[in-house]
Amino acid sequence: MPRPTLRTLSVLTVLAFCVYLPLVFFYAPIEAEEGFVQKIFYLHVPLAIVTLCGFVLGGLFAIAHLRTRDSVWDLRSYVAIHMSLIFGVGVLITGSIWAHASWGHWWVWSEPTLVSFLIVMLLYATYQPLRFAIEDPERQARYASVFAIVAGAFVPMNFLAVRLSSSYLHPRVLGSTSNLPAPMGYTFLVSLLAMALLFATLCMYELAAKRTRILLKSRSRILGYQ
Amino acid sequence: MSPSHQIVDEGEPHVILPGAAHVPTGTASASSALVPVKTSRTIAAILRKELLVELRTLESVPGMSLFAVSTFVVFHFALNRTTVSGDLAAGVLWVTLLFAAMLGVNRLFVADAEQGGFDGLLLAPVDRTALLIAKALTLGAYLVMLELVAVPAFALLLSPPLGTGLGGLVAVLALADIGLAAIGTLIAALAVQTRARDLLGPLLALPLLVPVVIGAARASSPLLAATAAGASAHAAWPATRWLLLLGLYDLVFGLIAYAVFDFLLED
Repeated sequence: MPRPTLRTLSVLTVLAFCVYLPLVFFYAPIEAEEGFVQKIFYLHVPLAIVTLCGFVLGGLFAIAHLRTRDSVWDLRSYVAIHMSLIFGVGVLITGSIWAHASWGHWWVWSEPTLVSFLIVMLLYATYQPLRFAIEDPERQARYASVFAIVAGAFVPMNFLAVRLSSSYLHPRVLGSTSNLPAPMGYTFLVSLLAMALLFATLCMYELAAKRTRILLKSRSRILGYQ
Repeated sequence: MSPSHQIVDEGEPHVILPGAAHVPTGTASASSALVPVKTSRTIAAILRKELLVELRTLESVPGMSLFAVSTFVVFHFALNRTTVSGDLAAGVLWVTLLFAAMLGVNRLFVADAEQGGFDGLLLAPVDRTALLIAKALTLGAYLVMLELVAVPAFALLLSPPLGTGLGGLVAVLALADIGLAAIGTLIAALAVQTRARDLLGPLLALPLLVPVVIGAARASSPLLAATAAGASAHAAWPATRWLLLLGLYDLVFGLIAYAVFDFLLED
């Protein structure tokens, strides 16, 4: 059933990466102050944006699950959050490298975005422990959805609180894309698109794998294998 | 079956005692048994039951208060300070209150899950949200009782410069308590049905409560600031933006808890 979308998405992702990587390395100018290491910006920031969108998306899927009671939405919510967690580890690592390169420290408390991201990751790290500590599958899906909704609403709230707590301490260097020079802005947009496509493709693969496993389980139960 | 009986009996006293003082209302509700009970009455009944159980068993509040006092002693030795002020005082106070609140959160639904309280409520013709509101009020009452012990103990043991700022601190405590009660009740209901409930409760609640800690600690640190010799650097009222942050958090998570709580209760 999901074959054609999966194939199209995979091809699109490969194409986007074929454009994205050369743009980052050859088209985007080297930043005057930070030098070559600033190129991690085109990896770190899109990854972070896609991760946060994935968390919020998991919350929206969870709302759909509680409304329709269709376990497909729970599966989607699970996959979105699971994939965001994996991307989130990448965000923390690239952010740490960037912080070390430009500020000389592996961890910087005065950078509100990084700090809020860590808190969000700590919260979502409890998603799977919570989920798999509940035996009954129906209750597991319901409770996981409730968690996903609360945590999805927590993401913007947390960013507001952390930003308030340190906004006047540290000037934001590359906070918004509006003050970027044009080549950097284009490269950034392409990198954002490529990351979003990668996220979507990986989610679709995981969904397909999960669906197949569920199908296999039900078939083998019908045939009498355990 | 006896546990669910017990709960139904607690909620509907005049069904068993029809001849007592409640005759006019009692006969009316007994004749039309399927009419849902008013939510405010359900909340009052559950709240009364909770406080009565706490009064008789003394399971939560004394433990929380004792934990808070012990934590202040631990802080005294860990920080090697006889007095604290400013950021340090706010941090010590809020870490202690937060962890003491976790003890109450962990115990909040245990009796209902183990002794059939949930089943009793689901069998009764009442609005399920009543349980959320009653439990949040219960947790709020526990927190107020905790603070009535913990704040004087804090003032006594670590002597923070708390004079004119007391009114502001009470306002911050009240706003933070609402957020703690809303999130605490929701997390307690989530965690109580899991295998590792004692572990998962704090694990879920601590990141979720970071904004409350930010708001409360930043708001109370100028209230606890040491006054320099002569100068009155001591603030009497916390900055508005922290109060706004706490209020916004209370509102958002109060509404979310209200919206999703029903889904935790169906079986």
